[in-house]
Amino acid sequence: MSATIDQASLPPISVRSNPLTIARLGVLPFFIFAGLFLIIPTLYLVVGAFQDQDGNLTLNNLAHIFSNEKILEAYWISIKISLASAIGGAVLGFFVAHAIVMGGLPGWLRPAITTFSGVASNFAGVPLAFAFIATIGPQGLITIFLRNGIDVGGEHLALDLRAAGFNILSFWGLTLTYLYFQIPLMVLILTPALDGLKREWREATATLGGSAVDFWRYVGLPVLWPSLMGATLLLFANSFGAIATAYALTGSSLNIITIQLYAQIRGDVLHDQNLGYALALGMIIITGGSNAIYIWLRHRSERWLR
Amino acid sequence: MAYLELKSIKKSFGLTQVVKSFDLAVDKGEFVSFLGPSGCGKTTVLRMIAGFETASSGTIEVDGQEISHLPPAKRKIGMVFQAYALFPNMTVAQNVGFGLKLAGIPAEETRVRVAEMLEMIKLPHLGDRYPYQLSGGQQQRVALARALAVRPKILLLDEPLSALDAKIRVSLREEIRALQREMGITTIFVTHDQEEALSISDRIVVMHEGIADQIGTPFEIYNTPKTKFAASFVGTLNLLEATVVDPGLSRLSIDGHEVTSTSPITAPVGAKCTVALRPEAVVIGPAHSSDRNQMVGTAEEISFLGAVVRVRVRFGDHAVSIDTFNDPNTPPPLRGTHVAVTFRREDLLVLESSGTNPPAGAATARRHEMA
Amino acid sequence: MKKSRFGPWIAVTIGILYFLLPLLATFEFSLKMKRGIYSFEAYRVVLADPHFQASFTYSTVMALLTIVLGILIIVPTVYWVQLRLPHLRPIIEFITLLPLVIPAIVLVFGYLRMYNSSSWLPLTGSAETTNILLLFAYVTLALPYIYRAVDTGMRAIDVRTLTEAAESLGASSWTILIKIVLPNVRVAVLSGAFLTFAIVIGEFTIASLLDRPVFGTYLQLMGANRAYEPSALAIIAFAVTWAAMVLMQVVGRDRRAAKPAH
Repeated sequence: MSATIDQASLPPISVRSNPLTIARLGVLPFFIFAGLFLIIPTLYLVVGAFQDQDGNLTLNNLAHIFSNEKILEAYWISIKISLASAIGGAVLGFFVAHAIVMGGLPGWLRPAITTFSGVASNFAGVPLAFAFIATIGPQGLITIFLRNGIDVGGEHLALDLRAAGFNILSFWGLTLTYLYFQIPLMVLILTPALDGLKREWREATATLGGSAVDFWRYVGLPVLWPSLMGATLLLFANSFGAIATAYALTGSSLNIITIQLYAQIRGDVLHDQNLGYALALGMIIITGGSNAIYIWLRHRSERWLR
Repeated sequence: MAYLELKSIKKSFGLTQVVKSFDLAVDKGEFVSFLGPSGCGKTTVLRMIAGFETASSGTIEVDGQEISHLPPAKRKIGMVFQAYALFPNMTVAQNVGFGLKLAGIPAEETRVRVAEMLEMIKLPHLGDRYPYQLSGGQQQRVALARALAVRPKILLLDEPLSALDAKIRVSLREEIRALQREMGITTIFVTHDQEEALSISDRIVVMHEGIADQIGTPFEIYNTPKTKFAASFVGTLNLLEATVVDPGLSRLSIDGHEVTSTSPITAPVGAKCTVALRPEAVVIGPAHSSDRNQMVGTAEEISFLGAVVRVRVRFGDHAVSIDTFNDPNTPPPLRGTHVAVTFRREDLLVLESSGTNPPAGAATARRHEMA
Repeated sequence: MKKSRFGPWIAVTIGILYFLLPLLATFEFSLKMKRGIYSFEAYRVVLADPHFQASFTYSTVMALLTIVLGILIIVPTVYWVQLRLPHLRPIIEFITLLPLVIPAIVLVFGYLRMYNSSSWLPLTGSAETTNILLLFAYVTLALPYIYRAVDTGMRAIDVRTLTEAAESLGASSWTILIKIVLPNVRVAVLSGAFLTFAIVIGEFTIASLLDRPVFGTYLQLMGANRAYEPSALAIIAFAVTWAAMVLMQVVGRDRRAAKPAH
């Protein structure tokens, strides 16, 4: 950073004569910062994953992941939860976004829901866990409501969630909780994409003899596909890397990969620092991979876009 | 029997009446333009024919069949939009063949028809391109082919040229007209460009504030506008305010010059009325016969436009634009000099005020006159 | 074309219920601290808790510092890239998206190994330097949001023309950046700032592993040990997020309203 300050104190003549130099110095802080606090720490772990404790090159850490059933299971549960909450969020988010963009609903609903989505998509972490405990936890409002039941036409309908096998500290509990920020995130991403579907495309389809279903099948979904895919993969990465909600909800009882890694960092429970690096590498590969798939899909399906 | 018939069509959005009783009968194979400024209701009428809007009242018939309550997909109408509206995820050939695919036409037949259509729009080699790889003019031709491929009963063109640059606009409109003649398809063309409407149409509907001000051939619309609006919107008319001197003899006074018209005048002596004078109907130089009206004023502005020289001459409150052909031997008058101008009695049009429109019957009657 | 509005209403109703029910449930629960009656006792207890006050203040200060440092890094970068280094744009866009790809827990793991007390830059060696590391971590998390906000804002004002106009009047590069560009992207910067605030104020993972006393770790601690206070805290956290988002929208609306005046 000091370099840029020096540059600023130079007389303006030299500034003008070297516009590129000053521009390069101007972006230098960004690259230094990103290098020190984003790229190098990540690479440090990646490299560490291929080293033993003495710094020799090895594939043992990765081999350990595949031989450790608890770790494999943690990855698998994480992937399942992330997939379920991403796909669920994508589908439900799509319907909500579709409803507010082209559902013919009252005009005030759209800004209201957009604002709400902005809040809800950022309302993650520890407080979200509290909210869901108060809702579908053992003493939650909905749990108690369902357990007490209601009388419909002389018949008493009641549902004991716990007896039915539901537990908030489980796959479904966490997925339901994650949907709280996944659905609004999808709404926020898809709303502009749906706005981009021109009314004329719909009308052209209609004059050519096509129904609403034809429009979505041949035009709407193919055009939206990259945004939908991209948003779903973003949602996937979003819940795959999340930990605060799960940790506050379940402590360390739920075996997902972020909680495993958290425990490993905290207490080196695996007694092998480099195995921890391999855990992190696995996460980077999965989130990075999902993004790479997204970029590839987008490239393929966007031949027809500028 | 007209092919497309709109009968007392009305349309309101909430409290605003966008179309106020619109009647029109279009013959098979006819090319009719809706001409008017934005917000005049021309696009709304077009969208009601297509089925995207439902008329508040009135009926639409095509070939004797009432279609007002059919959904757009069942109306067999081809439409071309202002913003091309090609499907971006499909190639040119897929776009053109889309309607055939929806209709369940076999692939081989579709392929042949698409090739024909591409040949017709002179883009036979671009079938595999995507819309973004085409120029605006090419995209609009593809859109036209897409609309025509399904052999619709009626072709609707919603300002199809206004997104293009001037040169392509002219060549494409000629191409559209040629194709339309060749296929003999009944066509409605919406535009706000009077030159476009005049050059391309069999008949023009001049629209203003939700009503058809005048319906007629380009020749009629240009030469004998019925309303002040039609007169001002079509061409570069001089609109002047005159005082009635003698209604019986059609004598009027403009800025102290007494002139005679051939239009009948219904207003009483001393009433104000609007008269119109085409720039090309006025000649510079004193009158050689007493049949011609003469006025004297000051040359205020001279614009040399090439083949045409436009001179603005001021008489008291009014200025009149005069178009004369460029003549190398006769230089235009100098700025500030006094000039006499003359025009024939027939060229001085006394207009109805734009507030009162001709009864709908009158417009229809006019059509039969010419037919 | 009259469409059936049944489907859209169902989608919206389900959406609204999904989001309101947990809030209602949480709020209801937070009022039940006193046996048998509804009261704001849980809120009173929480607000009076010195740990709450300390951690909330700490997180607020941290959020503000994150915003300032983030802007200091991003604004000049976006400016120079748009003005003179457009070829760097894809790289910078890629880098600013990385924090959305690399999980925060991985990032902090990297920090703990790279900046431990025996490393070349022992940032985790003392509380003060760990605070700095946490700040840098938060700036990293905020990069995607601040970058996008500033980039959009600056594209909207055509920095090149503004800069050339200012240069023709004799302004130096840094004068242009501070006196012309920054005020013009103020609104965009502010909307990025509110989003950053909402993210930082409740952050848990990084702070917890760096052992800093932030609001997020306080929340977690309360959740593990108390019954009613967590619900009250969740409502407070929601209110803070809400405020940040509404402010962001208000600022954005002002921009739209102000546009015709230009």
